[in-house]
Amino acid sequence: MLKKSKVAAVLAALALVATTAPASNAATNKQLEIFTWWASGGEAAGLAGMTTEFEKQNPNTPFINASVAGAAGVNAKGVLVSRMQAGNPPDTFQAHAGEELSSYVKAGQVEDVSFLYKQEGWDKVFPKDLVKTLTTNGKIYSVPVNIHRANVLWWNPAAAKKAGITKAPNSLDEFLAAMAKFKKVGIDGIALAGNGDWAIAHLFDYVLLASMGPDKFNGLWKGTTKWDGPEVSKAIDYLAKILAYGNSSKSLDWPDAGKLVTSGKAGFFIMGDWASSQWQSEGLKLGKDYTWAPGPGTNGVYQWLSDSFTLPKGAVNRDAGIAWLKVCGSLAGQDAFNPKKGSIAVRTDSNPKLYDSYLQAAMKSWKKDRLVGSTVHGVNWGNAGMAAYNSAVGRFYTGGAKDKKGFVKALLAAKTANDNA
Amino acid sequence: MKRNRIHSPWGGFIFVLPSIIAMAIFVYGMIGYTLLESLENRYNAWTKNVKFVGFVNYTQLWQDQEFTHALSNLLKFTAVFMIGCLISGLIMSLLLEKGIKGEGFFRSTYLYPMAISFIAMGTSWRWLMDSARDERATGLNYLLQNMGLGFLQSDWYTSEAGSMYAMALPAIWQMSGYVMALFLAGFRGIPDDLREAARVDGASEYKIYRHILFPQLSPTFLTVLIILGHISMKVFDLIFGIATKSYVTKVLAIYMWQTIFDFQNFAKGAAIAIVILVMIAVAVIPYLIYVNKTEEANK
Repeated sequence: MLKKSKVAAVLAALALVATTAPASNAATNKQLEIFTWWASGGEAAGLAGMTTEFEKQNPNTPFINASVAGAAGVNAKGVLVSRMQAGNPPDTFQAHAGEELSSYVKAGQVEDVSFLYKQEGWDKVFPKDLVKTLTTNGKIYSVPVNIHRANVLWWNPAAAKKAGITKAPNSLDEFLAAMAKFKKVGIDGIALAGNGDWAIAHLFDYVLLASMGPDKFNGLWKGTTKWDGPEVSKAIDYLAKILAYGNSSKSLDWPDAGKLVTSGKAGFFIMGDWASSQWQSEGLKLGKDYTWAPGPGTNGVYQWLSDSFTLPKGAVNRDAGIAWLKVCGSLAGQDAFNPKKGSIAVRTDSNPKLYDSYLQAAMKSWKKDRLVGSTVHGVNWGNAGMAAYNSAVGRFYTGGAKDKKGFVKALLAAKTANDNA
Repeated sequence: MKRNRIHSPWGGFIFVLPSIIAMAIFVYGMIGYTLLESLENRYNAWTKNVKFVGFVNYTQLWQDQEFTHALSNLLKFTAVFMIGCLISGLIMSLLLEKGIKGEGFFRSTYLYPMAISFIAMGTSWRWLMDSARDERATGLNYLLQNMGLGFLQSDWYTSEAGSMYAMALPAIWQMSGYVMALFLAGFRGIPDDLREAARVDGASEYKIYRHILFPQLSPTFLTVLIILGHISMKVFDLIFGIATKSYVTKVLAIYMWQTIFDFQNFAKGAAIAIVILVMIAVAVIPYLIYVNKTEEANK
């Protein structure tokens, strides 16, 4: 008798273990589960704006944000990969537009959404170049909500005045000269954010573009420009010179490196335009506390990156996912999101009055500039190549920017990693 | 009669059955699955034609510069971490072993770092080990400067040559209290009669430790080595908390994570996981055999 009751107890315990796990998933009636890494600051505020828009249009669909915080989505991607592999995708997830999506596309994990482009008229209101970049074999796999610019030079006008710098440098050589002026008055020439390698890789991405121009730069990713050729070696020389002007703290996150600039301890900062919204959230004023110019030597070139949303195959609430994508591409959705996120709308018919003076200028450039993609933010290479690219730059940086041969070798290895993935 | 039935071997078996099942699935099943994965060709998320490729994934690891870099980082880290923990743990336990006043206070103080999560600790140590120097210095560099030791300022974990030695510092800080507790337990396990007998025989304090106490501690010593060794091989959160995926401090566990989740190269990631497992097994299995043998002998 006793034994039986114990067996029953054990079985009951087992049953408890067995049933508690899936219970959380079982509660899926009509809802939208969205997966994003926008969890704080202007990003979260922008997302909230879009969410409000979604809820207005779909009052009966509860919105569930399975957000995982982490810069550039490093943690979120890990969770997402597990869920995709387990066949339990969210109804939509955030990803950089471009090659970063390619692994999901090749694995057949995301649906073609080009029908939405026709239905909603996005193929007409999104820039043609962009739609072309997003299209592979006549199919489009994501809906971009914003455009960021990566090749932006930021500085503090007060610090520049102190160093006797009156105008923005226009080439890499002028850039170096201006950094030398900063150094003379005891200010670091450039703010570097070494933590996790990516921000240094972001800087290198700009240096590559500035030193070889957009055609050769694009060739790097297509395979027509050689990584062990003279162009890359020239860029590496420039990078080494620039790094020498950097701050001695090598382990900063980008917001901390940005603070060096706004507090007058460092001169320049090469960072995407999300820096602007970060600083505004700290109460700083564009034009007074910080100002900007296109990265020296990349005037007329818009190095872009874009956050986009997808439609995963096998999503439980496919209709809700589609409804979300419609909001993402709509004028109301994009104008609710972007002014807060500090990015510009993908749509060319967005209302400039909602945006600050930097973003208005960016909107103008976006319409007329030559467009090239950002490597560190997923446009040019897939995940494997991107991670290897970051590692290569990180190694060069922490090694004291000396091992140029080893750097080229690591970059070649990154290309191989990308091609084999 | 009914009472006796509880003591039948089957009753006991059913009690441990849930844990056996759980272990079989979630430990050994998963290890088996990982091993299988590491011998197949799932190099990306879209591999359709999955087939057995043998040990290619392992041999290729040795040509991967990033893997060898992570491995050598891990070995450097392990060496410094283990030696550092042993020395500082032993010193602390020697100080406490005599039963000084307020022993409980010191014991908790030394043990306390263990209660802090790796991520919280990583964040603080990242600030402490900031590489800014001179007038910008913070953390340890600032401390060194104020002590008049400014020439000792270092890049800490952001220099290619010294990264893993610096990275071992927070790990030592955290684990040496634990090592102290183990040694202290070992010292306390030695009967006082032995010391007194030695004293009566006129042995100096140094000789008592050298010839009486330390030899008795050798099982503790081995346990400590094994525990530290396997913690070190698996190290992930501490390093991720301090330096995320930075190249300079990459170790096997971080590279494995990156290979699987960033590159989605499941075969290679599984191979790295098995390498870590084998490294741990090489350390732990001889120890388990030794423990079993001594326990048999003591029966």
